[in-house]
Amino acid sequence: MALVFTTKGEMDESLLEKKEGFVDNDNEYTTWVEYWHEGELVHRSVHVTLKKTVQLSAEAASFN
Amino acid sequence: MANTQAMCTSFMGELLTGTHNFTPSTGDTFKAALYLASATYNASTTAYSSTGEVTGTNYTAGGINVTNANAPASTNASATAGTAYWTPSASLSYSNVTLSTAFDAVLIYNSSKSNRSVSVHTFGSQTVTAGTFTLTMPSNTTSTALIRLATT
Repeated sequence: MALVFTTKGEMDESLLEKKEGFVDNDNEYTTWVEYWHEGELVHRSVHVTLKKTVQLSAEAASFN
Repeated sequence: MANTQAMCTSFMGELLTGTHNFTPSTGDTFKAALYLASATYNASTTAYSSTGEVTGTNYTAGGINVTNANAPASTNASATAGTAYWTPSASLSYSNVTLSTAFDAVLIYNSSKSNRSVSVHTFGSQTVTAGTFTLTMPSNTTSTALIRLATT
């Protein structure tokens, strides 16, 4: 029996409708999971993995 | 109004004045704050602000501490080029939060140095309900680290 933390406290997963999805693009890989109870969203967690990071370009000037 | 992924320009200038210290344990403390999709954080951001920051159950203004066990590293690629890089050593995780208004950015900033900004990172707009929001860091390498300073 798995328990899920929800807006209504911990609930048995078997009582909930589970929905999952993901986004995969150049910037991120994201997964999400939702649990619904009697048509109400009671839990949503998101896991984002960033792919595109920030880079600073450095340069040294030349004297010639 | 939108957030834009960028290294903060003020941070680049502050590197030249030795403002930021990313050394694990003895260096500065860095934090990560989440921002609403309606906010405008980008390269011109100079410091943490609560304006446009998410609010919700179990989220504390200012965000969470960034775990830093990775010393900044540098690698030469040739006689004229190389990369210095740094990545937090653990995922950023906001546990048991409810963030009902859509958010799409995290600001990394230096809480030891007047909350001066480091970088803005964006992702697809999200909400969280009685759940956990986790940002997994990229691998700490010359080509994928979260923050990279490179010559070519």
